[in-house]
Amino acid sequence: MSHPHIDVRRIATLARLELSEEEVASFSAPLDGVLALMEKLAQVDTAGIEPTSYPMPIDAPMREDIAWQSMPTDLFLQNAPEQAQQQIRVPKVVADA
Amino acid sequence: MLVKGEIQSTDIVDELLENVTQRDAEIGAFLSIDAVAIRAAAAKADLSLPLGGIPIAMKDNINVLGDPCTCGSKFLAENYHSPYDAGVTRRLRSAGVVFFGRTNMDEFAMGSATENSALQRTNNPAALGHIPGGSSGGSAAAVAAHFSPAAIGSDTGGSIRQPASHCGVVGLKPSYGRVSRYGLVAFASSLDQIGPLSRTVEDAAIILQAIAGHDPLDSTSLPLPVPNYLTNLHQGVKGLRIGIPKEYFAAGLASVVREAVEKEIVRLQEQGAIPVEISLPHTEYAVATYYIIAPAEASSNLSRFDGVRYGHRAANPADILSLYQRSREEGFGPEVKRRIILGTYVLSSGYYDAYYNKAQKVRTLIRKDFENAFAFCDAIISPVAPTAARKIGECTDPVQDYLADVCTIPVNLAGLPAISVPLPSDGLPIGLQIITPHLQESLLLQIAQAVENR
Repeated sequence: MSHPHIDVRRIATLARLELSEEEVASFSAPLDGVLALMEKLAQVDTAGIEPTSYPMPIDAPMREDIAWQSMPTDLFLQNAPEQAQQQIRVPKVVADA
Repeated sequence: MLVKGEIQSTDIVDELLENVTQRDAEIGAFLSIDAVAIRAAAAKADLSLPLGGIPIAMKDNINVLGDPCTCGSKFLAENYHSPYDAGVTRRLRSAGVVFFGRTNMDEFAMGSATENSALQRTNNPAALGHIPGGSSGGSAAAVAAHFSPAAIGSDTGGSIRQPASHCGVVGLKPSYGRVSRYGLVAFASSLDQIGPLSRTVEDAAIILQAIAGHDPLDSTSLPLPVPNYLTNLHQGVKGLRIGIPKEYFAAGLASVVREAVEKEIVRLQEQGAIPVEISLPHTEYAVATYYIIAPAEASSNLSRFDGVRYGHRAANPADILSLYQRSREEGFGPEVKRRIILGTYVLSSGYYDAYYNKAQKVRTLIRKDFENAFAFCDAIISPVAPTAARKIGECTDPVQDYLADVCTIPVNLAGLPAISVPLPSDGLPIGLQIITPHLQESLLLQIAQAVENR
């Protein structure tokens, strides 16, 4: 993996970021710099090593299937940028038939 | 004095608020502080509670019902008010705490200088013109400036310990799983942990006592009993084996930091501790491992900021995709965007095994380094940061700031508890890091108290 390089525009699209041309240009060098730092890991022999996701084993406990407090609608909606009829409003999602 | 009625909680907050009014324009520790609400809370504080009437500042990424929670980001600065209490907030509230303002931070906790805050610059109270460290820079500055006796921060790769070290206060990162993360705005979920910043080790112990314990709303919080953190506080260090990891004293460590730490090792030895040289051989890979895992988790966690339910929404989007893309483009600052791109890249098809999976395996090796070392020592001592606080605006290459986290990052990767305690210094503040095995905060605090005793 010599000269690692991120196609910033392509990855930004995957990450739902609409970067400006200036940002794409200015991000390239620092991101490639970090990638170069990461190349160091290739030196480490990890054959037979299990990956660590969490620092210790985490159980996935099940709780009793009982009704649980939920956030009241007005509290939830207080932060919504746009709302209508006690619901959050967004642009149309479904295409015209 | 508070409990005896010799002093009123309202008098304390009045004096603190006066300090803030006079000096915070210069320091910039707080993003918001509601004096009316603070006075009202102090007036009705229940002094019979463990922390009754005690003011504590909160980092602006922890939800407190009704307060702003900006995460140092424009994305949440416009209109967000917390509709609920975080787990730690709930515990502190029931312990009688008066919530004392919201502290500045690097945007979404991504940074180690608080210069990545999109909202405000914070100065180091111990040395104006210098960074306070980060990402909990506002919390450390609030304590160092005597605005608040203590503050709460969060630590993903050193974000409590490093600002504590730079500002000359105590900063404790508990073991992963010791304190609930419910209501902490997530950066990297397998690394994040909430903890206190305070002026004394005992205060850190008292606050940890209040916030530690299981929370059914955070499945990664451990359902284990919480010991009394004050019981062994003054037991000293006699007979304790203190590991000195040679990799943490490598090239790049400023001589002033090295000398301060080495002097302290001698002092602990005089008190009966036994220094032991140890090796943590995978230390040199920790920063690279962290800068794969943390951005990967962040890119996933920050996908919730889409302009739909809360925070910034772009005006007049053409369609739903444009709403997501433009809201995120307008709301996030450059470091957050860079880390999201990095995280998305290392998780993307074709690169996952080479980067993310590889980093998780190296994480195992780093964790095992500590397990092996703790066979030979009871605790590990090291610098917190390789240098004292640099000047504001002095960093031109983010990778250099990343590399400066080499002494703090391995602790998060291994999920261990660690603390920064101030050392004597003629110049800028310097902190000593103490690390103990998982869940051994009592021992950590006991050694820290011995360091603090002068």
